[in-house]
Amino acid sequence: MLGIRDVTHRYRDGTTITLPNWQAQDGEHWALLGPSGSGKTTLLHILGGLLRPQRGQVFIGERRLDQLGERALDQFRGQHIGVVFQTLHLVDALTVENNLRLARYFAGLSQDRNQILEVLDRLGVAEVARHHPHRLSQGQAQRVALARAIINEPAVILADEPTSALDDKTCQQVLELLTAQALACHATLVIATHDARVRGVLEHALELEPAE
Amino acid sequence: MNLFRLSLAYLRRNALSALLNVLLLALGIATITVLLLFSYQVEQRLTRDAADIDMVVGAKGSPMQLILSSVFHIDVPTGNIPLHEARWVQNHPLVAGTIPLALGDSYRGFRIVGTTPRYVRHYGGAPAGGSLWDDDMEAVLGARVAERTGLGVGDRFAGVHGITGGEAVGGEVHEDHPYTVTGVLRHTNSVLDRLILVSVPSVWKVHGYDHEAGLGPEHEHAGGRPAQDGAVDGNGDAQSDDEGAQGPDDERELTALLVQYQSPLAAVTLPRVINSRGPLQAAAPAYETARLMQMMGIGLDTLRAFGWVLVIAAGLGVFIGLYNALKDRRYDLAQMRTLGASRRRLFNHILTEAIMLAVMGALLGLALGHVAAEVLGQSFRQTQQLEITGAVFLTQELWLVGLAVAVGIVAAVIPAVQAYRTDIAETLGRGR
Ligand SMILES: Nc1ncnc2c1ncn2[C@@H]1O[C@H](COP(=O)(O)OP(=O)(O)O)[C@@H](O)[C@H]1O
Ligand SMILES: [Mg+2]
Repeated sequence: MLGIRDVTHRYRDGTTITLPNWQAQDGEHWALLGPSGSGKTTLLHILGGLLRPQRGQVFIGERRLDQLGERALDQFRGQHIGVVFQTLHLVDALTVENNLRLARYFAGLSQDRNQILEVLDRLGVAEVARHHPHRLSQGQAQRVALARAIINEPAVILADEPTSALDDKTCQQVLELLTAQALACHATLVIATHDARVRGVLEHALELEPAE
Repeated sequence: MNLFRLSLAYLRRNALSALLNVLLLALGIATITVLLLFSYQVEQRLTRDAADIDMVVGAKGSPMQLILSSVFHIDVPTGNIPLHEARWVQNHPLVAGTIPLALGDSYRGFRIVGTTPRYVRHYGGAPAGGSLWDDDMEAVLGARVAERTGLGVGDRFAGVHGITGGEAVGGEVHEDHPYTVTGVLRHTNSVLDRLILVSVPSVWKVHGYDHEAGLGPEHEHAGGRPAQDGAVDGNGDAQSDDEGAQGPDDERELTALLVQYQSPLAAVTLPRVINSRGPLQAAAPAYETARLMQMMGIGLDTLRAFGWVLVIAAGLGVFIGLYNALKDRRYDLAQMRTLGASRRRLFNHILTEAIMLAVMGALLGLALGHVAAEVLGQSFRQTQQLEITGAVFLTQELWLVGLAVAVGIVAAVIPAVQAYRTDIAETLGRGR
């Protein structure tokens, strides 16, 4: 189970986002929709333990993220949550393989080369394992970022605007990859986007009201 | 993957600036290392050479020059003192023992020193081959002298008048008074290694004060050999001498006497008494050595400060490099936090990078320093008495590595704190 209740977040500059109560069952795929500025990214960051809401409760399974200590939250995030940002933020100083290793390392998990290559293979990018990210095509980079998000077999996969900058065909492929990989890890998937093309693809959707 | 490899990956990416900082640091550390090795070895050497010599008595002049010439054998002597004055010192009740030195000649740049076996014993010298001299015109070579000249037991050589300069001394060669090598000493790492040791009368003989040989310029002496080792030595372990004919008109001279006091109290009165005797001067090796080290120290301090300036500059370079890179790296850092890295991890990650640079710079610097000391030492060895080598390792060098690491840590603190403060949502939410 993944959900929020009575969550309000106030940014330092005073911008206040009030989010609706919401919850998803394990393994469900959700689209988080709404116009720009409606708070999709804010909600995603809160779900991912990247942002502590000023008020309210955040559940993942039995856990209350809002009640976890700093270090425990870091560890929980590393082990149970995979995030793909619109800007992929692959670490360019490291090879593709080592980017995945980094995810294992920070989560405190074993770094098995075979497992890493297997995940890369599953996403069709095993041949670039030794390349640095700047040498990858946009499509390859997308897949590597997704590989890094799922390498720890997370319970929740969060994607922020994964398709916005893509053409229809690539958009379709990325959505298929995301859903397929979420299915493969039995993870709950939440895609935040203002991209209308995503609307019909996922079984569930949460519409955020535009901020006034 | 671990922090070490992660930091290394970032260093590789900025290899050029990393290299420059490492080099800068290495040069600074190398400069300090060379100074450390030099001053340590010089001090070691000076201390060893001056050990257990309470006082040196020689001709009037600069006390520093007296010490340099008769203890370290670097400078020219202040002059000579009449033998009967030396005897007076030797027989003084406050004097426990003396070693006479008669200088004047050299062979291929190495000083020929007329002395007694006690001098050899004083530095723990012992023959590696052959034996000590037991007659006039017999010579024992210091280890380095034997290596350099290729002379061995049984060989003969003639001294050259004068003791300054290297091998190109143009002085008069004492062809008619060749020495025979009877022994070669083991290495003692003291001044002994570079000396040719003979009996005092040998020096007199070469310079025409030998009465037996009839070369004495003014007058004749009655009995056999005019002055024996044992007599001058004061130990009386050789023959007794014919003291009777001694007097102010005796031409024979010594260059200096190395004196050991009977008791520490002697230091209070004896130097004054000696200095009040016409031609004599007393100088304390401990005092002059300390003065020498101090004078040298001032020059070394300047160089050392220069070394530290380089180290600090390298620290500044590391700081600027990290600080600038942090702008580009904040997305990486936020992403790492997303992957589960704690704030502490990011702090350590930046620190690790600086420490790695510091350690590399320090180790390279130490290596360079030792190589430079060895190379400089080799070139000095041709011309100087001092033997400096790079193959000496000091505990201070560990301190040097520690200090370099400290400089790296200080340089990295501000960037590391910034990394620690990385706000994930802030950075990734708006960063495009
Ligand atoms: N770091 C921030 N500081 C201040 N205001 C922010 C910050 N991030 C987002 N906001 C504001 O919060 C509101 C919601 O933003 P966001 O969650 O990014 O919406 P969306 O992802 O739906 O476009 C916007 O008005 C935005 O300006
Ligand atoms: Mg957004």
